[in-house]
Amino acid sequence: MHGILTIFRKEMGDHFNSLRFLLISALIVMVGVIITSMVGMAIQEELKGMAKPSLIFLLLFTSTGKLFSFVQFIGFFGPLLGIFLGFDSINRERVSRTLSKLVSQPIFRDSIINAKFLSGVAIIAIILVATVLLISGLGIRLVGVVPGVEEVSRLVIYVVISLLYISFWLGISILFSVIFKSAATSALASLAIWIFFSFFVSLGASVLSDAVAPISQTASGVDPEMLIRHERIQRLTSLVSPMTLYSEATTTILDPMRKTTRTLILMGPLERFSMSRFQSPLPLLESIFIVIPHIISIVAITLLCFGICYLVFMRQEIRTV
Amino acid sequence: MKGQIIVETEDLTKKYGSRTAVDHLNIKIEEGEVFGFLGPNGAGKTTTLLMFLGLTEPTSGRAKVIGFDPTREPFKVKEKVGYLPENVGFYDDMDARQNLRYIAKLNRISGGVSEKRIDYWLEMVGLSEESTKKVGTFSKGMRQRLGIAEVLIKEPKLVFLDEPTIGLDPDGTNRMLDLIHSLSREKNITLFLSSHLLDQVQRICDRVGIMINGNLVAIGPIDELAKKKLGLGKEDYTLEEIYMKYFKEA
Ligand SMILES: Nc1ncnc2c1ncn2[C@@H]1O[C@H](COP(=O)(O)OP(=O)(O)OP(=O)(O)O)[C@@H](O)[C@H]1O
Ligand SMILES: [Mg+2]
Repeated sequence: MHGILTIFRKEMGDHFNSLRFLLISALIVMVGVIITSMVGMAIQEELKGMAKPSLIFLLLFTSTGKLFSFVQFIGFFGPLLGIFLGFDSINRERVSRTLSKLVSQPIFRDSIINAKFLSGVAIIAIILVATVLLISGLGIRLVGVVPGVEEVSRLVIYVVISLLYISFWLGISILFSVIFKSAATSALASLAIWIFFSFFVSLGASVLSDAVAPISQTASGVDPEMLIRHERIQRLTSLVSPMTLYSEATTTILDPMRKTTRTLILMGPLERFSMSRFQSPLPLLESIFIVIPHIISIVAITLLCFGICYLVFMRQEIRTV
Repeated sequence: MKGQIIVETEDLTKKYGSRTAVDHLNIKIEEGEVFGFLGPNGAGKTTTLLMFLGLTEPTSGRAKVIGFDPTREPFKVKEKVGYLPENVGFYDDMDARQNLRYIAKLNRISGGVSEKRIDYWLEMVGLSEESTKKVGTFSKGMRQRLGIAEVLIKEPKLVFLDEPTIGLDPDGTNRMLDLIHSLSREKNITLFLSSHLLDQVQRICDRVGIMINGNLVAIGPIDELAKKKLGLGKEDYTLEEIYMKYFKEA
C-alpha cells in the first residue's frame, strides 16, 4: 500500500507536469466549448415559443448540433485518451533504465502497475469531471435551464461509465507497455485493438449472423423467425466489443426517451424533439437496471486485462541493457 | 574474517533457451567481506546478480540472500539489500535530491531522516554542489556516483554493485574505492561487486570469484589463488596474471 501511494504521487506529479496532459486538456476543453456553444444555440433556437421538453439539460450532451455531440466525441476520443495516457507507462521506465531500480526497492511489483493505472484513472476522472462541469456551466448560461436531480444523477452515472470505459483502454495500453519494450510498438498495438473493436467487430457480427441465420428472400417474403434470430446473433456478437457496451450504456442513461438501445448517431435532433413530446422518459431506476450488466461487463474485461498484465509483469526479467 | 554466511547458493542455474548463462553455481559469501566477481563479457555475472535480487527466476537450484529465498520472498531481500544495476538510470527531469528522495520514500524512510541521509550521501559521493541540477544534465560519472548514493540511502546490510566504477575519472575512482572500503570496514556492509577493472578489485577485495561461461572456475582470497596458479614464492603477482591464466585454461 505504501509503495502504491508513493508511486501514485510521483505519477500524478509527472502527469500534471507533462505536455501531454496539457495538450489533452486543451483539446477536450476546446472541443467541449465549441460543441456546447453550437448545441446550446441550436437548442435555444428550437425552443423558441415552445414548451420545454423534459430532461432538456441532457440534450446539451447528446444533441449533435452541426458537428457531433459531446457524448459522441467522448465515445470516439475516450479510448484514445486512455491509450495516450498509458501506452508508455512501463516501457518508458524500462528504456530510461529506472525500472530495474524500481523493482529492486522493497515494494511489490504489482504496486507499480496499480499505481500507474490509478494515477491514469485519476487524471481521466479529473478531465471528465472538469469538462462536464464546464459544459454544464456554459449550458446553463446559454439555454437557461437548471438541471434537476434526475438530470444530475444521469450525468453522474454517465461520467462513471465513461471513466470505467476509458480506464479499460488505459488498462489495455498499460498491458501493451508491459509486453512491448518499445513505446511506439505498444501504441500501435493499442490502436490496432481499438480499430479492431471499432470496425471489425460489427463487421464480424453481421458476417456471423448472415452465416448462422441467413435471411432468405422466399416467395412468401422474409421468414420473421429467421429475422429475429439474425438480429439477436448480430447483437450478441457485437456485445463482445467494449464500444458497443459503452454506447448502449450511455445511450440508455442519457437518452431515456428511447426504449431501445440504438446508438445516438442514428437519430437527428428533430426526431429527438418530436419523440420527446410524445413519449415519457424511461425512469432513472429502470435505466440503471438496464445498464448494470453493461457496467459489469466493462469492469470484467478491465480486470481480465489486469490479470494478464500481472501474469506477464510479475515474472518478467528486468535488466538494464 | 569469519562472519555469518550472508549469500549462499546451491547449484544455482539459469538457462536462456539452450544457452546456460549460469551453470550450477555454488558460492558462499560471509558477512562484512568485499567480494569481487570477475569474468569476461557474457560470463553470467549480471544474471547471477539478478537472481540474487529476485529480478529473474533461476531455472533450477536455490539462492539464499540474507537468509531469504529471493524468488519466494523478494520483499524481505529488497528491504535490506541494495543493488546498483550496470548503467543505472534516473528520472532525468528530476534533480539529484528528488531522485534520492523518491527512492527513500519507497524504502519508507521518514522525511526528516531521509533529508539527513540525502545530505550525507551526496557529500560522500561528491555531488553536494550538483544536488539541485536536473539529472538529465549529469555526466556519466556523476550518474554513477548518484547511483551509489541511491543504493546506500536505505542503509543496506549487503550491496550488489554491477561495475560500480565504470565511467569514473581516476580521482573519482579512488574516492569510490575508498568509500567502498570504508563501508565494509566501518559499517560492516557486505559488498559484492562485479568488475572488469582488475587492479581496482585487487586493491579492495578480500576474495574474488572468477566466472567463465557460466562456470565459477576459481574462488578464494587473491593470494591463495596466486599461490595455486602462479606457483609458490611469487610475491609481486597481479590479479590480471591470475585472471588471464584461468581465462586461457577455460
Ligand atoms: N534475455 C536473454 N535471453 C537470452 N540470453 C540472454 C538473455 N540475457 C542474457 N543472456 C545471455 O546470458 C549470458 C550472460 O549474460 P550476463 O549479462 O549475465 O553477462 P555478464 O557477465 O554480466 O557480462 P558483462 O560483463 O558484459 O556485463 C550472455 O551470454 C547473454 O547473451
Ligand atoms: Mg553484466
